[in-house]
Amino acid sequence: MNTSSNLTTPKSANPYAHRPSRSQAIEKGVLSVFRAATYFILICGAIVFGDIVFKGVPTVVNSFKTTADFPYVTNTFLFTAPESLYVFDYDGKSREMGDQEFRAFRATEEAKATAAGMPVPAIKATSYVYSAGGIWPCIVGTVLLVIGSMTIALFLGVCSAVFLNEYAKDGPVVRFIRLAILNLAGVPSIVFGLFGFGLFVLAAPTVGTVPVGEIHLRLWPLNYYLNFGGWGVSLLSGWFTLAFMVLPVVITASEEALKAVPKGFREGSLALGATKWQTIRKNVVPYALPGILTSSILGIARVAGETAPIMFTAAYVVRDKLPWEVEKASDFFFQGVMALPYHIYVVSSKIPQNEYTARVQYGTAFVFLGLVALIATASIILRNNLRGRYKW
Amino acid sequence: METISTTPTVTVASSSGATPASRSFKVSSAPSDAQPAETLINIENFDFYYGAKQALFDINLKLDDKRVTAFIGPSGCGKSTLLRCLNRMNDLIDGTSVKRGKVTVRGIDINGGDVDPIELRKRVGMVFQKSNPFPKSIYENVIYGLRIQGETNKTRLDEVVEKSLRGAALWDEVKDRLHESGLGLSGGQQQRLCIARTIAVSPEIILMDEPCSALDPIATAKVEELIHDLKKEFTIIIVTHSMQQAARCSDKTAFFYMGKLVEYADTRTIFMNPANPQTEAYVSGRFG
Repeated sequence: MNTSSNLTTPKSANPYAHRPSRSQAIEKGVLSVFRAATYFILICGAIVFGDIVFKGVPTVVNSFKTTADFPYVTNTFLFTAPESLYVFDYDGKSREMGDQEFRAFRATEEAKATAAGMPVPAIKATSYVYSAGGIWPCIVGTVLLVIGSMTIALFLGVCSAVFLNEYAKDGPVVRFIRLAILNLAGVPSIVFGLFGFGLFVLAAPTVGTVPVGEIHLRLWPLNYYLNFGGWGVSLLSGWFTLAFMVLPVVITASEEALKAVPKGFREGSLALGATKWQTIRKNVVPYALPGILTSSILGIARVAGETAPIMFTAAYVVRDKLPWEVEKASDFFFQGVMALPYHIYVVSSKIPQNEYTARVQYGTAFVFLGLVALIATASIILRNNLRGRYKW
Repeated sequence: METISTTPTVTVASSSGATPASRSFKVSSAPSDAQPAETLINIENFDFYYGAKQALFDINLKLDDKRVTAFIGPSGCGKSTLLRCLNRMNDLIDGTSVKRGKVTVRGIDINGGDVDPIELRKRVGMVFQKSNPFPKSIYENVIYGLRIQGETNKTRLDEVVEKSLRGAALWDEVKDRLHESGLGLSGGQQQRLCIARTIAVSPEIILMDEPCSALDPIATAKVEELIHDLKKEFTIIIVTHSMQQAARCSDKTAFFYMGKLVEYADTRTIFMNPANPQTEAYVSGRFG
């Protein structure tokens, strides 16, 4: 080695001097591929986000309107329901109006003309569905779907993770359950949609005063019947469908988080005469919560974003009433809602495309991204708070 | 280490470079100072299995009340296993079983059907090899056991915290930062916090599983001093890899090898004049 290096670089006294070699050339080539791949992804991401932001922001920004009452300013895109857009020429000017505005305008113009003794003006307008107004019901619906389904998923997921990790003895049954849960993660979301439709929409159990269908049980001695008529297209069906979709993620992550809690905490607690449940409740789960929440944040983005599971189970194309405008409280759970991803799907594929629908599509997409970012940020803050409290 | 067996009169401290010079432990003076000890724990013909593998073979041992007993032996000899049998921590490991014999504490078979391991562990505390303070404040760490038992009286809790921390010789070091995290303490302080946590529930017996193996010599000396003080109130059983430690702080020593009890006698006898050649080889450092 020494002699050969002396042969190749006879004059150099420095044995560590830089010498070009084949492995260095390969290293450079490989590095440039890695770098190019990373930058390619970055550019693609920037284009996608830039496109949505660039085209979506004007829709939101141009919708600020002043109002007569407090808070004196509102945003028609964020805080009103979708409407049809009317485009027409009047008085030599091209005008665009939402449904309500157009009706009011036509009424005043007709009244004006009648008062002046002129013939009623014929306004020939072209209408474009869902291209005016806003997406308030969709925002509300998405937020409700996320909150409900994540609550269910976290409750079920943490319970089963605690059972699998802390109580269940490792054996073929537990391994089979784990495998089943992992496989659940690979099921396409449209399959979850159909599953939710079949189970929750059509066949879930309900309790009522009248028997429904062929299979029902009387809850003797009460005058109530347990029916299997399903929950219909409703928040409840959507919650459970979405919850089942993210459950594998939540369970797997919760198990990981529980495993990350040092064994010493459990043993220390048990050695002080705590029961297993006291140990888990006071000395295991609190420390695992930050980890559980971290993965749930990913779940939130997924729940908020999936269209397929809710299109059969919870989403309406359009609905006049907001979710809290119900007659009795129990109706709240059995109503369908509008949702942002489904709305994007509807305005991009279910109606004729034109220059006006693009505004709504991009505006909705932009708001959607913002909303997911907002919910995720809130969970991250919550997680960091918990993390600060329990560190080891 | 050879000096222990070759020169019977030498103090262990002077033979060990790791021991702080200021402290010179004699080989623990056998219970000459006090009245003869009563037997607290009686282990009879005890066989213990991990699954199909036998870990303990026919152990017969009488452990004295208010004394320090040391378990020594090479790794895997079953000393920790036996220790963990005494508060049934082995119940937590799948597949463990007691196939024969029994362990009685004050005459009660602790593996008996009417013994609740939870209640047993309240009376038989444990300090682990790796100090494991909970990621809570020092205060919350100490009162954890009482909180579990439902104690909510603030004055009583405050009292217990002070008494336990004093008992663990930690009070002066932490009294101004009781509400800071227990994990902010040094390794030795953490271990003494764990001891404080254990004595806070006033157990009768404290099991120590190599409590000093992760500590530096000064922290070790403090814990050993503490063990000395604690034996006035508690029965202490300590598993240790350090023969100096066994020599310094125990009254009786049991030597285990391959899951069997080889020799059990006064610490002085074990180190100065062991009956069994295996024991002699081990304590003189020739194997293990």
